[in-house]
Amino acid sequence: MNIWYYANPERFAGLARTLLPWTMGLALILASLATVWGLAIAPPDYQQGDAMRIIYVHVPAAWMAMFVYAVMAVSSALAFIWNHPLADVAAKASAPIGAVFTALALVTGMLWGQPMWGTWWVWDARLTSVLILFFLYLGYIVLWSAIEEPARAARAARILALVGAVNLPIIKFSVDWWNTLHQPATVFRMDGPTMAPEMLTPLLIMGLAYNLLYVAILFMRMRAEIAERRLRTIRLGLEPAGS
Amino acid sequence: MRTFLAIIWRDVILGIRASGGAALSAAFFTLILVLVPFGLGPGPATLQAAAPGLFWMAALLSTLLGLERIIQPDSEDGTMDLVRLSPLPLELSALAKIIAHWLTSGLILTVLAPLLAPLLNLSFEAAPVLALTLLLGTPALSAIGTAMAALGSSVQRGGMVLALLVLPLNIPFLIFGSSAVASAQAGEDPGQALLLLGAASLIAMVVGTIAAAAALRIGDE
Repeated sequence: MNIWYYANPERFAGLARTLLPWTMGLALILASLATVWGLAIAPPDYQQGDAMRIIYVHVPAAWMAMFVYAVMAVSSALAFIWNHPLADVAAKASAPIGAVFTALALVTGMLWGQPMWGTWWVWDARLTSVLILFFLYLGYIVLWSAIEEPARAARAARILALVGAVNLPIIKFSVDWWNTLHQPATVFRMDGPTMAPEMLTPLLIMGLAYNLLYVAILFMRMRAEIAERRLRTIRLGLEPAGS
Repeated sequence: MRTFLAIIWRDVILGIRASGGAALSAAFFTLILVLVPFGLGPGPATLQAAAPGLFWMAALLSTLLGLERIIQPDSEDGTMDLVRLSPLPLELSALAKIIAHWLTSGLILTVLAPLLAPLLNLSFEAAPVLALTLLLGTPALSAIGTAMAALGSSVQRGGMVLALLVLPLNIPFLIFGSSAVASAQAGEDPGQALLLLGAASLIAMVVGTIAAAAALRIGDE
């Protein structure tokens, strides 16, 4: 697929309209499958018992928190280098979704931490860096809304997204660099996952479901954004400056 | 080079003379530290334990103060357009702005902080380390601050927006800076935290300068 073919907002909106029900439907089906599998079929953890089942909500949310920011950073770079007209729209539409995933990861992490670590919150490297990620999302959203002229806001937001991307490797490797309370990576490691396959499979399905959900919501938000821009253009065209 | 020095010179003069400049940020820094004993109670042990973090938090907050005046007035009155037109690469102009901001904020805090150390009962051994951490870390605060000020220069009264953009990015310096001071105070070797602080600061200065220049280019498109 050529990214320039869909640079035309109308063409992209059409594609999004076609794909939306499929991605959303598949996301819901996979999410229900993974929920049943994770809650009822997968075995409980030998140490943590049933409490570890929150992993099926927490871990995919944390993955998505980072993935969505990575999408924002990459599309900001695309916008920055090639001025791709939809890249800014994608980044802007992603930010609130990413912020919600990050908040979900933080909240479920706290709920999990309370029974397991005996505390809701510790200033551990992973937790702190994810919290910073949350604030980066907020700053990005605020910057968009603070600058009135969209073209200008887009250019400022690109730079912010790229600068903030420095935080991503810090989050990913925080658990390896600093020996912290949060457990080290168990799924994405060089020597393969260290998780039992009965637990890993529903987790990966849930991860896929989250991803599809993100894509579906992204399509919805991007369509809304494109429509909003058209409205703005029409309105500006009808009402001369000053009125 | 002359243009570079001229920008620094002009900004430093403005920073010293204009209201809300260097003196205000130094006064604000002092005031935060003076307020602490009222909030935490005057117990010497409590203050001593909290001092490294408090000094650094005060530094973070008081470098925020001057940020609004580095770019926004210049882009409003057209100075920024002249800077863009000058043969000096915009990266260097941004660096000059960063240096000027540091001279009127970070440098002053670096000198001031060890003198204020007795206020919070910071141990005698930790005071030079505090000055060293500020010397290493505050240039990064100026670099990040200038970049974000350039991004926010088209936001009217963007003080709060600026705070939200700048503070999350400054957290690493707060962590490494205060942990170096804390370990010096505990009689340990602060070397590791100092090295990390220096490394993070160097990265921030490079990224901050480039980002500031990129943000300044937004204005002329």
